[in-house]
Order: sequence, then C-alpha cells, then structure tokens
Amino acid sequence: MQPTDISDPEYFHKVVDCQWACPAHTPVPEYIRLIAQRRYADAFMINWESNVFPGILGRTCDRPCEPACRRTRIEEKPVAICRLKRVAADYKGDIDDRLPSVPSLKNGKRIALIGAGPASLTVARDLLPLGYSCVLFEKDPQGGGLMRTNIPTFRLPTDVLDEEVDRILEMGVEPRFGEEITSLTAVLDEGYDAVFIGTGAPRGKDMKVPGRAEASANIHIGTDFLKSVAFKHIDSIGKRVVVIGGGNTAMDCCRTALRLGAEQVTVTVRSPRGDMKASDWEIEDAEREGIPILDNHAPKEFVVEDGRLTAVIFEKMRAEYDQNGKRTLLPTGEPPVVLPCDDVLMAIGQDNAFPWIERDLGLTFDDWDMPVVDRKTFQSTLPTVFFGGDAAWGPENIIWAVAHGHQAAISIDLHCRGESLADRPPPTTNLVSQKMGIHEWSYDNAISHDRRVPMPHADLKLALKELTVEAELGYDERLAFDEAMRCLNCDIQTVFAEPLCIECDACVDICPVDCINFTQNGDEADLRERLRVPAQNLDQDLYVSDVLKTGRVMVKDEDMCLHCGLCAERCPTSAWDMQKFTYWDNQAQPGPVHANAA
Amino acid sequence: MTHLAKPRFHHPNLPVNGVGLTRRDYEGVVSTLCAGCGHDSVTAAIIEACFELDIEAHKVAKVSGIGCSSKTTNYFLSRSHGFNSVHGRMPSVATGANLANGDLVYIGVSGDGDTASIGLGQFCHAIRRGLNMVYIVENNGTYGLTKGQFSATNDKHSKGRKGADNLFHPIDLCSLAIELGAGFVARGFSGDKDQLVPLIKAAIHYRGFAVIDVISPCVTFNNHAASTKSYDYVRDHNAAMGQLDLVAEADEIRAEYAAGSSIDVALHDGSSLKLHKLPASYDPTDHGVVLHELARIKDAGGVATGLLSIDPNEADLHDLIGTTSTSLNAIDEADLCPGADALDAINASHR
Repeated sequence: MQPTDISDPEYFHKVVDCQWACPAHTPVPEYIRLIAQRRYADAFMINWESNVFPGILGRTCDRPCEPACRRTRIEEKPVAICRLKRVAADYKGDIDDRLPSVPSLKNGKRIALIGAGPASLTVARDLLPLGYSCVLFEKDPQGGGLMRTNIPTFRLPTDVLDEEVDRILEMGVEPRFGEEITSLTAVLDEGYDAVFIGTGAPRGKDMKVPGRAEASANIHIGTDFLKSVAFKHIDSIGKRVVVIGGGNTAMDCCRTALRLGAEQVTVTVRSPRGDMKASDWEIEDAEREGIPILDNHAPKEFVVEDGRLTAVIFEKMRAEYDQNGKRTLLPTGEPPVVLPCDDVLMAIGQDNAFPWIERDLGLTFDDWDMPVVDRKTFQSTLPTVFFGGDAAWGPENIIWAVAHGHQAAISIDLHCRGESLADRPPPTTNLVSQKMGIHEWSYDNAISHDRRVPMPHADLKLALKELTVEAELGYDERLAFDEAMRCLNCDIQTVFAEPLCIECDACVDICPVDCINFTQNGDEADLRERLRVPAQNLDQDLYVSDVLKTGRVMVKDEDMCLHCGLCAERCPTSAWDMQKFTYWDNQAQPGPVHANAA
Repeated sequence: MTHLAKPRFHHPNLPVNGVGLTRRDYEGVVSTLCAGCGHDSVTAAIIEACFELDIEAHKVAKVSGIGCSSKTTNYFLSRSHGFNSVHGRMPSVATGANLANGDLVYIGVSGDGDTASIGLGQFCHAIRRGLNMVYIVENNGTYGLTKGQFSATNDKHSKGRKGADNLFHPIDLCSLAIELGAGFVARGFSGDKDQLVPLIKAAIHYRGFAVIDVISPCVTFNNHAASTKSYDYVRDHNAAMGQLDLVAEADEIRAEYAAGSSIDVALHDGSSLKLHKLPASYDPTDHGVVLHELARIKDAGGVATGLLSIDPNEADLHDLIGTTSTSLNAIDEADLCPGADALDAINASHR
C-alpha cells in the first residue's frame, strides 16, 4: 500500500467516527471533554455553531453518531453523545455575549425562507451575521416547524424549543408567521435575491382499507394529530387506541395518547420488529410506559358499527427475504386478529407536497413529482430557488435539516456574490501535539471501563398525567461527568513519524487492542489478513507508514484503537505522538465564533 | 515507564487458545522500565510463547534475581508462582523449588549483571546440575539500574554512551553454557520475535537446562552508534544459525524443507524441534563445530542467533540423582515424614 496521506483532512476526520457520522460534523469529543471540565457554555457554543439546536437535538436527535461510536466496537453501548449535548444546553448559563454580532448595515441582499423549521432557521442563522436580510414565512403562528408540531412536549419542553428558535429570530429575522404561501410566483414577485424552501414533509400518508371512509371520524393521521395536540386543538382521546405504524411518529402518537387519557394503547406494525423504523430508544421509551407493540400485523379492515369505529381487523404476516435481502410480507394464513378500539392513529409515513409551486416557472420536477435539487449545492433548476430539510428529498431528521441549511446558506451566499457554487469553502482543520512533558498529556487518556450511564426518568405515574412533564430528567453533573469519561477521545490522533522509529516493538507490545503492526508491505487485502488481529472491518482504514529501516512498514488498523496514547507513552523516540485533530465543516461564516478550547 | 493503566478492553477478535484464554490473559502489571526497553519485548515474547503453548499460569513458577531484567517477571503471567530472589541467587531458589515440585514450568529471567557477574557461579552450577528450567538472560551489556556502567558481557572496545572505551574481554554466556554442558543453548534478539518466540517455546518443552541469551538493547544507556548491543548493530550483524520450529506431537509437518539443511530433535514429551535453513556443515549437536563457529562469527563482529546448540539426550536433575517424580505437595504426610524409625534405619545403613 501507499503510505497514508494524513494531510488529507478527511483521513483523520473519518477516524473520529461520531463526527464523521454526524451530518453537521459536530466536533463531538471536543465538547464532551469540555463537559467533563464543567465548561458547559464552551461545550454549548461548539454545538450551537455546528448544529444550531443543542437543547433540542440533545433531546430529540436521531443520533447517527451513537451507532458509529468506537465504544460499540469494544463494548456494548456507545457514549450517550446525544444526552451529553443536552447537558451542555442545560448547564450553559448565559451565553448571549458569545453570539455572533449581526451588522446593522445590511449587505442589501434579501432572502426569503419558506417554512420556519430547522432548515430555514439554520440558513437564517448562517446568513444574518453576513449582513443578509432574511424574511421567514410560516403558515403556523409560531416558528419551529415539525420540531414544534410533531415532537410532543414530554420529549421536548416548549421553553427549550422557544429558547433556541427565538435565539435565531432575535438575530433579526423578519417573521411573516401565520402566512401560508399558496404561490411561489407570488414570493418570487416580491423580488428576493434567493428563496429557500424548507417546508418539510408535512403530508401524513393514508391507506386504503375497507371501512376507512366510514370510520374517518375516529381515524387520525399521526402528524396531524400531534400537531393538533401541540396547538391544543385536541385534548382528549378514546379509551382504547390503536396506533398503526412503526416509526418514531407512531411512538410519539402512542405516548401522547396515553397522556390524553387513553387507558389501552396498542402499537401495530406490518413488519417484523427488527425492521421497525423507530429508533431503538424510542421503542424502549414506549414500552417502558407499558405500551405493547404487535409486529407482523397488517390492517385489513376498520370495523364500523352504528356509524362508529369499533375495532380494527389485522392479518398476521411473515417476512420473506430473497437473495438480495429484498423483503416481501406474506400473510401467514392464521385467523385474523381483532383489536377493539375507539380511535386509530395512523403513522405510516410522510410525503412532501408542493401544490403551491407553479410548474411553469422553470423549476423542474422529477417523475415522482419531486423538485430536482442538486445534492451538493441544494440549488433547484431555478437558480434563485434552493431547497433543504425534508422538503429536499423526503423525511429525514432535524440534524440533516441543519446540515442542509448550512450547505444551502453557503450556496445562497455564493449565488448572491455571483460566485460559482462549486467553489465551496474547505473545512478548517488543525493537528496539534498534546504532549505537555514526559507522561504529561493535555487530555485525560485513562480509559474508563464504566458502562453507559442510564438516563434517569420522571416517575411514570406523574409523567403520564401531563403532556408537559418531561419524561427524561437529563443527567446531573455527576452522571454527566461519568458518561463524559467514557468518551475515547477519537479526535486525539496517533501520528507516526517514520524517521524517528527504531522498531523496538514497544508500541506493538503495549497496545491493548493489538492494532499496531510492523510487517512487510503488501496490497490492502493481503495486509489486512496478515495483521496481529486481521482487520476485518473494511469501513475502517489502515494507517500505513513509509518504508522503515528494516524494510518493513508500520501498519495500524484504525478500527479498534482506543486512543489511549500508550503507544506514544511507550515510544522511546517520540515516533508516535498524540495530536489533536480539529475539523470544522465549512459554513457560510466569515470566521468561526466557537470558543476554541485549548 | 508509563503512568497509565493498560485498559482491560481488548480486541474482540483476539484469538483464544486451547485453554480458553487470550494473549491478554497472560499479561502482568504494566512495565515500569524505560520506554522502548528491549526487556519489554522479551516479556511480550514470553507471553506469546505461553499463550501459544496453552500453558496454565498456575503451573508456572517465575524466578528472578536483581536488575532491570529481574523486575520483568512481574510483567507477565500475573497468576503464576514467583520468587524475586537475592542478586545472582535465582538458580539456587529455582533448584530448591524444582526439587520440591518438578511439575511446574520454571522460567528464570536474569540479566547480564545478575548472571555474568554476581551470579556467574550460580549460573555455572545450575548448568552442571542439569536443572530443568528456562533461563533467559536479558543481555544489554550495561548496568542500567546504576546508570550505565559496562557489564561483563559488553564487547571489548564497544563504547559507553559518553565515549569511554571498554577495556575488558566479554563473557560469552552461550559459549560458556555449551562448555559447561547445557542441553539447550540459544541466542535471541528482543527486536525479532519471529525468532524469539519459537526459541522460548522450544526451551519450555526441553527437559533440562535451557538457556536463551537474548540481546535486549538498553535504550537509555546502550543504544548509541558505538554500541554492539544496540538495535541497529544487532540488526546489521545478525547471523541467524537456522530457523527453529517446534512441532507439537499432534501437529502434522506441513512445511517442506530442503534435504540436508535441516535437523530434527525428538523431545521426551513427543514434540520435536525442527531446525532448518542451517548454514552448510553447521551441526548444533556437535559441541566442537558449534564452539568453533561461534568463535569465528564473534571474531568477525557478528552476533550468532538462533538455537546454537542442542543435546538430543535430554536429562534433568531429577533423572541424574534419582529423586521422586511426584512433587512433594502431592505426597501424603506418612510418606513424606516417615518418622524416627525410618531415619534410624537410614542412619544405620551408613554405619
């Protein structure tokens, strides 16, 4: 293999598994270290700069970082990254003086943002400090989008949501709330320099099953139901509720139903449990509240008696997978299952809908009637119109909307400056030795063997009484410290300097996870087989040195490295060094405003 | 030394041996030696050899004297028996222990000071007695604990770190051991585990006195350009006397060896040693040939490594003096202390 080019910013970025997996590339280990040092405001600002909604995401993020966490490869559970983010938000104190200043003298460019969800708010947050004027359209009376309408308050308290939405609105957004856009042409006619569409995927899917129309008074689309609850249009529900669907919306629906007074709530899913779309922890939370989940149940008929829904009949299914892993659901032939009920909540997915975009504007829609949007620039075929969030390619999560928002803001900025959208600002990176002296390192490299700290929950009886009682209590400072210490500091990189190495094997002998090797070079497949422990995780790179004195090369399997620094501790010549790798994803900002931790 | 505890986490795919243990299970406490010390590599080689041989730690006794090397018995097989003895007196302790219980594997770790100076007499007599043990000398040619004076194995005209000349002839422990009749004499290099691990495994299998002189560079005091015990010098002057494979009884021999260049030695336990890639006319069972060849290589500035000499007719102290093969802790009290009458009978037989 060729020697690894560690000057490529993406090489070490990939080693920081959590940051790599995060759509917004939040520098996770950095803020976790700050939490351990009780520097909550600093930790918060790193998050705020990168993912804009630390308090919200610390409670609701789909956390792609956690399955990626290195810790899952050496023990059972990842670091509770998401809940540590919440700790930063909970304990940050006053951070107003750290926010970027917004120039009073504007640059003369006006941007329309349609839909006040996380994508549009991110675009506003990124563009306002650059001098743009941002007009935010929202059909609801308040901002927040699906964060407000679809996430129940027992998961996301209103004051947390308000704080983080208002923080952006107060930067000088011009809100036009309660104003539903019915024509894109009308918006364009107002003469904006760019229009960003972040209207989400607001249309809940329906299904055609016998009895659907007759029972419609008691069948509610999940997202509509949650929104009506959020705006207090609904405050009660039948005693027996059946939820159809296995995604996170279904989990929110069933738990909301319990809090509205339902006595018997059942979740039904067509597919096997393992294929459910809901996050494991959301399923766990629903089950903790005593809600049974029946998998392999496909709705067959809504039973209506005397004009009223009385039951749902399900057909039992089984899954078959062909050679390509493609799933087919087949009826088992068992007798149908009848679930008596008063109300049904249907949460089987969401669609985008753009009935308000005229099709003769030059904005191309594809065969599925979705706008054609560039994957990198978020620009539509109409150069002044950009898309992001769920509106771009269908339902995702808040953190994706934020990532889209950052990229769209870059594009809008470049577009307004008349520059090529392809010339995107590169990430900001740095690599600095953490050696402070003999056996002194500027990070805590002792490895904690502790198991993941369980999240404390509110007393169930109390929690189920009120929609507004937050189910999760959050970590206190002590628990947060213990959890923070589980982080392996994957951003502190093992950097190898060939000319210094005397090939004494000290690093090989001390490495607790056998990831360092000195061996003859070969092609990648061959090298992976020949290591002390074969490197079978092909998603993780091999770090290969140049040729050493004995003609061998150093090969390190990045897969299991604990970043404990023992190789550097044991190296007599400092051929190994532990260096902190900083990676800031590109944003449309003149300069970073984060508090740079030492 | 390091101030960090080695994490207990290990690679999930770490191989497991015949007794259900991983390599990590054979470790001891974290070394307090200098970073890069060759001794730590020897420790790792011992760990690897014991792991590969499916040895159970409670069937091993680690014995050592004084010095950097003698500290290392603490760094492997933390669940074994151990005795850290007086300077140079490890062979006496090992002899006593072995006579009381011949069922254990005795691994002695010593250094060039502990063996070639203060313990030279003990070393010689343990060899004479044919004590069944593995005697590893971690040989760096210097007194590391007392800040780098020349030791008795340091080559004449090798220089100290600050340029001082060594005026005295070295003691070649391997030649000495062969001269005194050691059954298994090898030399290894801490920087070459591919060679060292099979040597240690073979030494453990060998019944009789097995000495391995391991050149183990002192990174702090004797790893400079004018040293003959540095990583670079040994790598540049290494003359490997064949390659050794330990073939366990159950193993079938898979490798093909060129005819005439290999030697097989059957061991008492059914395993055998296969030596191949031997230099032409080198016969490790012929003391005359071996001593002549070692002298020739040494005079040319080379470092002969590998299994240098082997006596195929293994015999240990128990065989020689006819003691019981049962360890004393397995003999019941009546047989172990037969009483005054038995003693009188013995005394009477001498009158």
